[in-house]
Amino acid sequence: MGKLSVNLCGIELKNPVIPASGTFGFGYEFAEIYDINRLGSISIKGTTKDPRFGNPTPRIAECPSGLLNSVGLQNPGVERVINEELPKLRKCFHGYIMANVSGFSLEDYVYTCEKFNDVPDIGWIELNISCPNVHGGGMSFGTSPKDAAEVTRAVKKSTSKPVIVKLTPNVTNITEIAKAVEDAGADGVSLINTLLGMRIDLRTRKPVLYNRTGGLSGPAVFPVALRMVYDVSHAVNIPVVGMGGISSAEDVIEMMLAGATAVEVGAANLVDPEACNKIIDDLPKVMEKYNISSLAELRRI
Amino acid sequence: MVLSGDTSEITKPGQFINIALPGFYLRRPISVCDREENSLTIIYKTVGHGTAIMAEMKPGEKLNALTGLGNGYDTGASGETPVLIGGGVGVPPLYLLAKELRKENKKVSVILGFNTKNEIFYEEEFRALGCEVFVTTVDGSCGIKGFVTAAIPNNASYFYSCGPEPMLRAICDSTEISGQLSFEERMGCGFGACVGCTRKTKSGYKRVCKDGPVFFKEEVLWES
Repeated sequence: MGKLSVNLCGIELKNPVIPASGTFGFGYEFAEIYDINRLGSISIKGTTKDPRFGNPTPRIAECPSGLLNSVGLQNPGVERVINEELPKLRKCFHGYIMANVSGFSLEDYVYTCEKFNDVPDIGWIELNISCPNVHGGGMSFGTSPKDAAEVTRAVKKSTSKPVIVKLTPNVTNITEIAKAVEDAGADGVSLINTLLGMRIDLRTRKPVLYNRTGGLSGPAVFPVALRMVYDVSHAVNIPVVGMGGISSAEDVIEMMLAGATAVEVGAANLVDPEACNKIIDDLPKVMEKYNISSLAELRRI
Repeated sequence: MVLSGDTSEITKPGQFINIALPGFYLRRPISVCDREENSLTIIYKTVGHGTAIMAEMKPGEKLNALTGLGNGYDTGASGETPVLIGGGVGVPPLYLLAKELRKENKKVSVILGFNTKNEIFYEEEFRALGCEVFVTTVDGSCGIKGFVTAAIPNNASYFYSCGPEPMLRAICDSTEISGQLSFEERMGCGFGACVGCTRKTKSGYKRVCKDGPVFFKEEVLWES
């Protein structure tokens, strides 16, 4: 085991760095820029049963130290993801892939997870019950402990892959949701999805985003994410994947000290396509600086 | 603004670069106006805080930019007498395109559309390339009064355009000839990862930053 390697739900990762869903496409386009085999894994673009266009544009708005997005789960649907996108990714990435799954009903989630269950190099299902940009699904499952548990139970029956439930921060008490999905059989949780926000254009006096609201990500949310990862990792006994504004190797270690087993890097990829590559380069140096001999042995504070 | 650096990734007119600016999280996508082996020219209008920072930069300062983004124009379809139509800040990418087409000895017409006289730029630069240049202003303070569509030559073989969407649509509606249109959209990454700038086309969902910004007239879908 290398000093950067970690174990996520029984699968060894060469390092804890995973590009977050929605910020890395289906991965292969980044292979033109660096060797994406260096990554711990890749969480692919959120996938639904049927193809989706998403929301009308504009669906990006800049903010101090971050951005709002209201993409709304644009994806080609699970059939095409499996038959067209994953083969392209597999040509340049040979590790286990994290399938990020979204839906609008229990049946949707189960359908998509069953499809991914037959794909050998899908390592984990990341169950997205936290997308703030769609109506009648997504986050509505993630804001109620009862609904979150119900979708987790249904999906667990549909797949033998470890199920990591991605949680929304847009709730009163995130630990309550985390405990509910743990009790329902989740193998892990990942957090945080984006924080619901809004901007108004002074010239037009209208919201910048067509969808009015969008999800905030980027360094602006890092302290919020860190606090939630800390709270959740103290409340559950399953692995926590930490994300929210991570932009440096120092951020990775801080998130792991808060209790994360692995991390996802999101918005940083959009500003610097080499962000994950640089973080992996920097990790050994930062570990040495702070006398950390192995990330797997790093204990949460 | 002229930038020196590695321009080898810029292979076609109509591509853009994405500039990181201090104090701003997202980069600013700006079209390439001209490209030499070790330098490129960009022209921008100071509209927001980001471009205001660019306007204050001094010679010798460094900028971090991702280059060679977007598909760019396909010069192969031009025919012998192409017309290039630019509106306002849509004019700059047409310069490198005009340069390429003139290298191929095409008889190039250029229509530069502005709101008013004091906004006009690059008229002489296009003439120096050997293009026939028409200027239109909405208020009639210079050149032809009205919109760019008033100046499209009858003998044009093909059009290349860049500018605000209503202008692009008006061009498509006013001429039978085929052409290519370069679109603007608010972008997240600028290189295809975030799908923030997707546009519906007749050939599916396309990312303006990666599959565009240039689209063929035949594939464009207009929202009603």
